Amino acid sequence: MRERSPKVLRGPVPRNKEDDQVVYIDGDSAPRILFSGEDLLLEDLPIGTRVIYPKPPIEGLANPGAAIRYALNHPHDSEPLYAQLAPGMRVTIAVDDISLPLPPMTTPDIRQTIIEIVLELLDANGVDDVHIVIANSLHRRLSEAEMKRMVGSKIHDAFYPDRYYNHDAEDPDGIVHLGKTDHGESVNINRRAVESDLVIYVNINLVPMDGGHKSVAVGLCDYESLRPHHEPETIRASDSYMDPKRSMLNTKVERQGALVDRHMNVFHIETALNNRIYAGATAFLSKNEDEFTEIDRLKFEAMRWTLSKMPRGAKRKLFQSIPAQYQMIACHAGKTEPVHEKILQRCWDQYAVHVRGQADVLICPVPFVSPYNVNSILNPILVQVMGLGYFHNFYRGKPILKKGGVLILTHPCYDEFDHNHHPSYIEFFNRLLPETRDAMKLRHKYEEEFAKNPSYIEMYRRGNAYHGAHPFFMWYWGENGRQHVGKVIVAGAENAHVPKILGWERSESLTEAIAMAKSFVGPSPEITMMHHPPIVMADME
Amino acid sequence: MAAAAFYDLDGTLVRTNLVHAFAFSARNQQGILKSITKTIATLSSVPLFMAADFFNRRLFNDIFFVRYKGESEDRLRCLSQELFDTVLKPSIFPGAYELIDKSRQLGLRQVLVTGALDLTVQPLARHLKIDDYVTNRLEFVDGYATGRLLPPVVAAASKASWMRIYAEKEKLNLSDCYSYSDSMSDLPMLSVVGHPTAVNPDLRLRNTALQHDWPILDLR
Repeated sequence: MRERSPKVLRGPVPRNKEDDQVVYIDGDSAPRILFSGEDLLLEDLPIGTRVIYPKPPIEGLANPGAAIRYALNHPHDSEPLYAQLAPGMRVTIAVDDISLPLPPMTTPDIRQTIIEIVLELLDANGVDDVHIVIANSLHRRLSEAEMKRMVGSKIHDAFYPDRYYNHDAEDPDGIVHLGKTDHGESVNINRRAVESDLVIYVNINLVPMDGGHKSVAVGLCDYESLRPHHEPETIRASDSYMDPKRSMLNTKVERQGALVDRHMNVFHIETALNNRIYAGATAFLSKNEDEFTEIDRLKFEAMRWTLSKMPRGAKRKLFQSIPAQYQMIACHAGKTEPVHEKILQRCWDQYAVHVRGQADVLICPVPFVSPYNVNSILNPILVQVMGLGYFHNFYRGKPILKKGGVLILTHPCYDEFDHNHHPSYIEFFNRLLPETRDAMKLRHKYEEEFAKNPSYIEMYRRGNAYHGAHPFFMWYWGENGRQHVGKVIVAGAENAHVPKILGWERSESLTEAIAMAKSFVGPSPEITMMHHPPIVMADME
Repeated sequence: MAAAAFYDLDGTLVRTNLVHAFAFSARNQQGILKSITKTIATLSSVPLFMAADFFNRRLFNDIFFVRYKGESEDRLRCLSQELFDTVLKPSIFPGAYELIDKSRQLGLRQVLVTGALDLTVQPLARHLKIDDYVTNRLEFVDGYATGRLLPPVVAAASKASWMRIYAEKEKLNLSDCYSYSDSMSDLPMLSVVGHPTAVNPDLRLRNTALQHDWPILDLR
């Protein structure tokens, strides 16, 4: 066992107090646990390294059902839901897809609770023309089992498949052109929703990028409507896209949303969840390692040993079978904008950690899941979107990493793709990226070819594949990160070719990656590690 | 440069195959006794056809098309529209219409490359608005089938050869072309284009498609 030296404060600890969630590594600190795909690493970090932990979960609402009913009866800038209902009217309930929350939550999913209450209300008011549409945009269709899990068997059995289905962005008869914004952005929306007297949107806000006008204007739109903002220039102009006020992505979506509001009657129900991913046997994963008990250490070692003996597919299955223990911390309903503002505030209350000063080197462990691989594989493009997209953008104010700094990711970077979910990703990775990583060039030269590839369209419509254009969006998602960082090193990559195709460097271990980073940014860098999951966002000063 | 979408037919766009078409003709012989005899003979040969097809498409063709020997050309032509209406049309996969529509919207020429007989393919091609097709053709002497195919026999590698020649003639860039098939025997046809897709694939083709990272599509 490593002998602990007396506690000596070194590094930048004595400076002004940051948040309680910001911890500095000293000579007496325990090694830190990092996700590396489906594995857990235990690493000694250099003294002075700043580790940013998620906040503890905000306590969930004691009675979510009552909170939902209150929200429906006391909406913002809108009549209560019951007052908007009349017999014979046509209602569409649109609902966020399985990309939220992550990992999928324990049942009953909060969407089920909300829809049950809404359906009771609709029934009581004589509304029987009701459809439930999953607002999956260009994401993959959910399987029947996933749909059932999301709303419960009672609703599923009553509505599936004729009145409970996935949005189809490629259905030639299923999309209506609402018009163009002042800036020429097309808005094409699901026909059933447009032709409804009332659309009730049931949202889960996992990160501040979600919700608001994005729910309808993106969730129920088609490829042509996404093109104006799912593109590299927009992402470059978003600082960050997790901060709606400074996000060009959000600005454009709001313009489209305003047009939606002129044509459609949308009653928005938004929810915020706490970050209680782990509970019970896995609760130690969200703890500060310095505060581990002996039991926590034993659990961790047992888990690490077990994982080391399992094949990757089994590990993936194991992690995906552990649902998150999320609890609802807020529910608001009514007009999109005021509702979203309230929910965003609660999101930041949960996620934002006050951080002072940027880092030269940022370490981000990449876990097994992203919004785009629920029940599937985190392929190389998705590793990219986690690192340069999500993790880079988890800030408000300015990036955690200094311009030109080094981003270190921990992930095996395996060359694995899900042929059913991500067929176009395979071609994108193997055919396009070796030619160019330039997002502008990719968009202009190849995006349309993939988007209109009949095979990919049919796989999206009839199978469970992401749309042909989706890998491009994922590449653009990493665009502001790519422009910002000086170098990406992926520690523990099991092969050389995947990092090379992504334009990254690899190292055998985190220690080696830090040494490589030092040779790039200088011998005494400010090193910061984001200790997620659960999600943590930096409120940068 | 222009491009095309090449489709295999049986099992790819329609549920039926060569044997269904032959069985229809067997069922509709002149005289009930002849119909019954021929239908029973066809049914009892199905395992043989399957085994032959599993090993080699050419072997299958040799064994299968000889069954047409003695059939009148007039009669086969006469039955072809009925065959289309009663057997082929209901067997078109719902997704086939969408696939062809999307493909046509891309400006791709629609081409069928099939080992089925021209007699059976003509009405289907018209119905699906196919621009061009290549099929197998029976040899007829004095108006009766000899049981042989006229060369070139369309199967396996010869499909790819025909596509190459066709592309050259029509100034198509094969790298921009798409190809769709359900069967391992069409591997050459899939390999010759830039965008191959396995459609409703058998196990061997599915494994090959996975190895080559080709899209796998289910139109059923």
